Amino acid sequence: MAIPIPENHPAAIARIEKTQLTFLQLVWLRFKRHKMALAGIISLILLAFFAIVGTAFTTEAYSNVTDTSIRLMPPSQEHPFGTDTVGRDILSRTIYGGQISLMIGLVAMAVEVVVGVLIGAIAGYYGGIIDSLLMRFTEAMFNIPQIPLLLVLGKLLADKVPPLNLFGREFSGSVVVIIAVIGLTSWMGLARIVRANFLSLKEREFVTAALCIGTRNGPIIFGHILPNTMAPIIVSATLGVANAIINEAYVSFLGVGVMPPTATWGNMLNGAYQYIESAPWLWIFPGLLIVLTVLSINFIGDGLRDALDPHSLVGSE
Amino acid sequence: MDPLLEVRNLKVQFTTLEGMVHAVNGVSFQLEKGKTLGIVGESGCGKSVTMLSVMRLIKEPPGRITEGEVLFQEQDLLKLAKSSMHEIRGAKIAMIFQDPMTSLNPVLTIGHQISEALVVHWGIGKEEAFKKTLELLEMVGIPQTKERYKDYPHQFSGGMRQRVMIAMGLSCKPEILIADEPTTALDVTIQAQIVELTKKLQSQFGMAVIWITHDLGVAAEIADKMIVMYAGFVVEEADVYEIYENPRHPYTLALLKSLPRVDRKKHDRLANIQGSPPDCIQMPPGCPFRPRCGFGVERCEHENPGLMPVAKGHKMACWVDVTTGRPQ
Repeated sequence: MAIPIPENHPAAIARIEKTQLTFLQLVWLRFKRHKMALAGIISLILLAFFAIVGTAFTTEAYSNVTDTSIRLMPPSQEHPFGTDTVGRDILSRTIYGGQISLMIGLVAMAVEVVVGVLIGAIAGYYGGIIDSLLMRFTEAMFNIPQIPLLLVLGKLLADKVPPLNLFGREFSGSVVVIIAVIGLTSWMGLARIVRANFLSLKEREFVTAALCIGTRNGPIIFGHILPNTMAPIIVSATLGVANAIINEAYVSFLGVGVMPPTATWGNMLNGAYQYIESAPWLWIFPGLLIVLTVLSINFIGDGLRDALDPHSLVGSE
Repeated sequence: MDPLLEVRNLKVQFTTLEGMVHAVNGVSFQLEKGKTLGIVGESGCGKSVTMLSVMRLIKEPPGRITEGEVLFQEQDLLKLAKSSMHEIRGAKIAMIFQDPMTSLNPVLTIGHQISEALVVHWGIGKEEAFKKTLELLEMVGIPQTKERYKDYPHQFSGGMRQRVMIAMGLSCKPEILIADEPTTALDVTIQAQIVELTKKLQSQFGMAVIWITHDLGVAAEIADKMIVMYAGFVVEEADVYEIYENPRHPYTLALLKSLPRVDRKKHDRLANIQGSPPDCIQMPPGCPFRPRCGFGVERCEHENPGLMPVAKGHKMACWVDVTTGRPQ
């Protein structure tokens, strides 16, 4: 048996000071090693910067001005990214469209996380009949192909929701529809991960210990077990943002997503289809931005997966 | 004096694929205010299940409390609504566990975990809970309380974690502390420290302690009264001095014989109990200890002896008088 070091001994104090590294610092240390993930973060920050700071140089009204006399103009001094089929400035549309696309990604991810975590946590914690019902529902949702469902719901609901005003901007009601539809059709994978983690974590002794001091089920689920399963949720959420952006681009490209004049990177591609060769600037810029964003987010997700993995945290000092 | 906690004829079963496991078969005991009850017995004899039943923490299904009463301050805990149990757990009866490595939540600070019970039961504010928690940490002998409050369980040693568990258990000044093998995972010197700490805090708070262990040495150190369990039955119950000096059940006798002793000769082998505990799915008829017992008589084959008094405050369940070897 090791001889215990007295608490005021320099070695003991040094040990206490050494352990001051918090969990987040540890994660950051590991994340930093992942060069592509770092690059992803930098490029994502630049993209967000582009979409936010860009608004200082242009207005949304300007991005929606149509002028058919200058339609399909190639990039020039006045329109650095060129103009589209109805003469709108592509640069300012990528800026405002970027905001919408990124927002759709983030909010749809939030919807996905809330629904997925709630269903997974409740199913995993309570088990039995509740678990069976929720998991059969999850499987049923899994069985519906997501893209056709997105298309049908987008088509059905697009004009049912009135436009709304937020942050001094007017959003087409279709933005809300597309967020809800993407969020509500992509939570199943996360729900399964969370359920699986809850199934094993609820048997751990610290849960019994928490029950023993009189903690109720709600605080046990959200206060004790959920923090233990944050790592896969964070990774899943990160990748969820990328997926939501892709899905939005997909349905908008097919013309049933976000309705013009509200721009998104996805619906900017919609009109470009007929001009793939004759006016490549129509699709190059929004397409590039989508690819860059999704790629960055996926690299960040990979980096986080490694950095948050508790097994890889061991021996990372 | 009325006992603080009285368990009467408690029976617990578990449904498994192989059949019904009879984990606890009619356990009864009493615990008086401020006293310590030691429960000893080998692994799987129903010690922990009994205590989890008292706390109403048996998972149902597969478990089921089929019979019995758990009277605490004159109310039957087994009949209480689930929501009222939340007010008992932690506030009136607290429980600490064997392995302090796994009983603390790895992602919450220990301060958070100790103050939780205070917030839950006393509804006090964060600041007050913080102050109380620092007092508790100091009380269980953890230095640098302010720094340690923010630490996570992995930054503590095993003994320190068990101190944290005790602080958690004591935070609301419970009437009863159930300690389920709290020193088993610790090395001997730390064991002694934890036993001393519990005794000190017990006299400070005037609470009753139920100390589950399979270490007869530790039990002798802390208990006032002891019960010995075997295969879900209480086989002997007596005052702690009585049970060590005058064991009356063959199982207790065999347990005491198998203790290592300082005065034993070097080459003597440690005595052990032949065989293994009975299968709790197909309990043999008669006395459960019969197949391993050196005193067996014919009656043991088909009749299970109940607990019967043999001296003042001393009960045991055996057909044979081990002092004479003859049926009593």
